[in-house]
Amino acid sequence: MLVFLETGVNGLKRSSYEAITAARKVAGGKKVCGVVFNATAEQIAAAGAYGLESCINVIGSGVTEYANGVWALTIADAAKQCGAQTVLFSANAHGKDLAPRVAVLLEAGLLVDCVELDGTPDNIEAVRPIFGGRVLQKVRSTTPVTVVTVRPNVFTAKTIESATQPQESQISISDSAQVRSAVVKETIVNQGRLDVSEADIVVSGGRGLKAPEHFELIENLARVLGGAVGASRAVVDAGWRPHSEQVGQTGKTVSPTMYVACGISGAVQHLAGMSSSKIIVAVNKDKDAPIFKMADYGIVGDVFDVLPKLTSGIATITHKN
Amino acid sequence: MNILVCASLVPDTSAKIGVADDGKKINPQGVKFILNPYDEFAIEEGLQLKEKHGGSVTTVTVGTPASKEVLQRALAMGSDAAVLINDPHSSDSFVVASSIAEYAKELSPDIIIFGKQSIDFDSFAVPGMVAQLLELPNVSIVSTLTIDGTTVTAECDIEGGKEKVTCSLPCIVSAQKGLNDPRYPKLPDIMKAKSKPITERAVSSVQSRTETVSMTLPDLKRLNKIYSDSDADIAELVRLLHEEAKVI
Repeated sequence: MLVFLETGVNGLKRSSYEAITAARKVAGGKKVCGVVFNATAEQIAAAGAYGLESCINVIGSGVTEYANGVWALTIADAAKQCGAQTVLFSANAHGKDLAPRVAVLLEAGLLVDCVELDGTPDNIEAVRPIFGGRVLQKVRSTTPVTVVTVRPNVFTAKTIESATQPQESQISISDSAQVRSAVVKETIVNQGRLDVSEADIVVSGGRGLKAPEHFELIENLARVLGGAVGASRAVVDAGWRPHSEQVGQTGKTVSPTMYVACGISGAVQHLAGMSSSKIIVAVNKDKDAPIFKMADYGIVGDVFDVLPKLTSGIATITHKN
Repeated sequence: MNILVCASLVPDTSAKIGVADDGKKINPQGVKFILNPYDEFAIEEGLQLKEKHGGSVTTVTVGTPASKEVLQRALAMGSDAAVLINDPHSSDSFVVASSIAEYAKELSPDIIIFGKQSIDFDSFAVPGMVAQLLELPNVSIVSTLTIDGTTVTAECDIEGGKEKVTCSLPCIVSAQKGLNDPRYPKLPDIMKAKSKPITERAVSSVQSRTETVSMTLPDLKRLNKIYSDSDADIAELVRLLHEEAKVI
């Protein structure tokens, strides 16, 4: 098993630890090896706690600027080098960008955005939501090698008891003269804002908030929960919130531990983006709103009355304000 | 500029979907099909590039004759030519990508534009596969695109921000919502598009690399514990989130 890993602020990205956890589930006694670009010894060591046994570290020129063509070629070469039967990515932006290229290079079947994995490295069966989560497709590859991407936040990253130091080997980037890449020149980070697709808790607001300035209520609740602010399509289209916060069919798909929908009726397009959340909470004044059918917990009431009370109630537990 | 746009026909987002008797595909009966929403941005971008740089726009789809609806929409919006790659068996992403790549080799476009994903199988796979098959650079999930000579600059969405990406033509991009504001075709153009020719060709002879084992409807059951907005009920919700759901 080869797992594509990404470096983060402290150690590796959480999505990489999740990918290792997913790989271990179907490793069937096979070694779980990583491939990472420009990692420090500490970052590789940190992955050992999650069961990574060895790691191919790509060093030298071209490893700091993301370039999908040469990176995919390098990952495919690493997979050949370690004889991987399965290559696994997180289904995040770079994972989704690289996996199709790596699948073509390895003549491998591609299983995308999986939420369940079963079997062994030479015979993986995966379950993936399709049609906006309205159908679950069980799928497998018909090729000797399989490339898999796993939906972020679904496989909870688990440390193992008998963790060892992963054995590091180093390679340089595969010959780039042959490949034309799109190269990242600059990364613009949304400062100080947690992204909905990476957050454990997402608090989303919809048209029920009535005006953009009332999103303060959503931000306050998100703050005491330590979560990210999301939005429905209606309020993004109205220009109240940026598209990066949109959850749903033409926005982002999220699977947080808790999703709180406030003043959102729950159109099918919205449900497509959040129905795989573990716990769903809804606040809406319309008791017949479809969101309540999807909710584990709900309050029928006006967001302007309920949210301040809910926020202060939760703050007494989380001690954030 | 020789522009190729790839579009597909998908079930309407609000359509109720059931599984066919064989348990391996959806039952299309009673389902309304539409142009994949992201492909509208792709078609619009193709047309805007043509307006800026000259050239022509060809729209291609891989599907059954029912997918001609997509091509007629593209023609009504202003696409110059339309191609249907006949695929009666709804093949996997690799076969679709190979079919498009084979056609693109004949057409040699300067740019190939996709929607970032089709909302049926949500695979995000075809643009990257076509890029690899043609050994072209590709940029995914593009929200702004500028072409100056042969230099392409794009912004694409990633978790928590954006990346500014450059590559050179020929290249492949996949369109995110917000890239542009797709035009609505006018009624006379819609009528005229119906009589415009659609070229048909066969799907690639390569084999699928994945197979569907089964399709099932998800268990959407939730706890459905719904309370009033009284202070006591709100306090109870907070307690349940803490003690029962253990999420706070």
